[in-house]
Amino acid sequence: MKILVPIKRVPDTDQRVRVADDMLHVETADMPFVVNPFDAIALEEAIRIREARSGDAEVVVIGVGGEEYEQELRTGLAMGADRACVVRCDTELDPWNVACILQQMVGRESPALVLMGKQAVDDDLGQTGPFLASLLQWPQATFASRIELQGEMLTVGRETDRGIETLTLPLPAVVTVDLRLNEPRYASLPSILKARQKQIEHVDVRELGVEIQPRLQVLKMESVFSQRRCQRVSNVDELLERLKAETKIL
Amino acid sequence: MRILVIAETDGVGLRQGSRSAVQFAREVAAKNGAELQLLVIGYDQRAVAEQVAAYGPVLLADAPTLEHPIAERYATVIAQAANNTHASLICAAATTYAKDVLVRAAGLLGGTMATEVVGHEWSGDKLLLRRPMYAGAVTATVTLSGPFPTVTVRSSAYPAAEPLPAPEPVTAIDVDANLIPVTTQYGGLASKANTRPDVTEARIVVSGGRAFKTTEEFEQYVGALADRLHGAAGTSRVLVDAGIVPNELQVGQTGKIVAPELYIALGISGAVQHLAGMKNSKVIVAINNDPDAPIFEVADYGLVADVREAVPELLDKLA
Repeated sequence: MKILVPIKRVPDTDQRVRVADDMLHVETADMPFVVNPFDAIALEEAIRIREARSGDAEVVVIGVGGEEYEQELRTGLAMGADRACVVRCDTELDPWNVACILQQMVGRESPALVLMGKQAVDDDLGQTGPFLASLLQWPQATFASRIELQGEMLTVGRETDRGIETLTLPLPAVVTVDLRLNEPRYASLPSILKARQKQIEHVDVRELGVEIQPRLQVLKMESVFSQRRCQRVSNVDELLERLKAETKIL
Repeated sequence: MRILVIAETDGVGLRQGSRSAVQFAREVAAKNGAELQLLVIGYDQRAVAEQVAAYGPVLLADAPTLEHPIAERYATVIAQAANNTHASLICAAATTYAKDVLVRAAGLLGGTMATEVVGHEWSGDKLLLRRPMYAGAVTATVTLSGPFPTVTVRSSAYPAAEPLPAPEPVTAIDVDANLIPVTTQYGGLASKANTRPDVTEARIVVSGGRAFKTTEEFEQYVGALADRLHGAAGTSRVLVDAGIVPNELQVGQTGKIVAPELYIALGISGAVQHLAGMKNSKVIVAINNDPDAPIFEVADYGLVADVREAVPELLDKLA
């Protein structure tokens, strides 16, 4: 079986992001980028599925964007992906555009399973997975915290607001993953070195015949600063007194 | 113009989060004169739909195949209803339900969607939406262009709509079982019996973090204080990852977003991902033994103390 894992590069979550002067982007100069943490979990799960099948699966990581994707795709190869592919595209893309591009890549690659993060931690939109599933008319399971594959059937535990829901769905399917599914491995030095030798396949977005029509347009970005000034209290009595006097909640 | 609100119900009536979506829809309708309709989907939901009708006219899609919220089935129903009513806007509360079902429906309808909206404004006739990015470090103003604009709103950002003076009618809509994909099967929901209110719906939320090492300890301190204040118990990611607290209680960028009147953070350091889920609470109290914990940067009142001493004292003095 083949498993497709789309990955997005995002600013390192430990970094403080700043809005750039154009107020349409965040400042990326000197900003370290990483594989979106949820996508790394998806890739880890794909590799574990291959391992559980004694290697009888091919894991393909796909990035959509510019030349800079090479770094994150090599990270994917170093973690254990079999192949990496970048769809070159210089225009800005929203989740709908990315889903349409991925739909074409699914057509080319014919995977049995697409595994991806439930959201990217830059825009926090959480749309690409279900959009892709709807375009393919494949079943979907979002927010997976447990995935079991038996033959052509997946059993997925989903983290919902009300508890863990279980779904059973046939392949092919799109599954988006949540935090507690697994802990992604670190790539070993030998595998990082080996990944440097591997070819990254290039596809020009124009080959795919996807019309890029923006659905969601960012007009303005603003940094958010905390307006609060913390008042330190010295003990529980003072805390309760001030809460009662100043907030009227208690 | 028609606005379709996707109603999330709890077996009795409209969930509180959906009332915020109704509020958003009413505010938009007040500006552009749109008619508002609520869509209730499920099986044997007539009585629930009658309750939901307190907030506006209801379309009811009721069929055995819709007993559980499976994305392929519900999205198909939503897309059909949007097409049949010529909806100019579709909205719902930003819950895991909408993040699953409604995003797929928006995909079927052409992919015009903004999630997690916290505010809106008008530029002439154009609806501008504000939404957080980068775990709340940035607020973006966005606009949608394409078929069937779809929005999820954070219930922390819009007040719960009030019921109308008199209920509106409930209209059943046809569900063509032949068009509904039934490949995915529902295997049940496992949730710990929770006697406390949901973190997204409570006036007061008491959250516990790394300071608590076991489920019993979490209950003894966090649970007890939540009960004393008739509030909800919440947590940060660490305790959920460690299996100490169920994931439904997680507050943060990837958990639930809350904005109660009072948020009490006990032994929570204040990682950016947690702050993203609670920093819009009206009053924030932080108790932590580390005076440099980042949680104090977003708190209104800070007490540097061991939660194991401060919480029993609070329980005692609030008795």
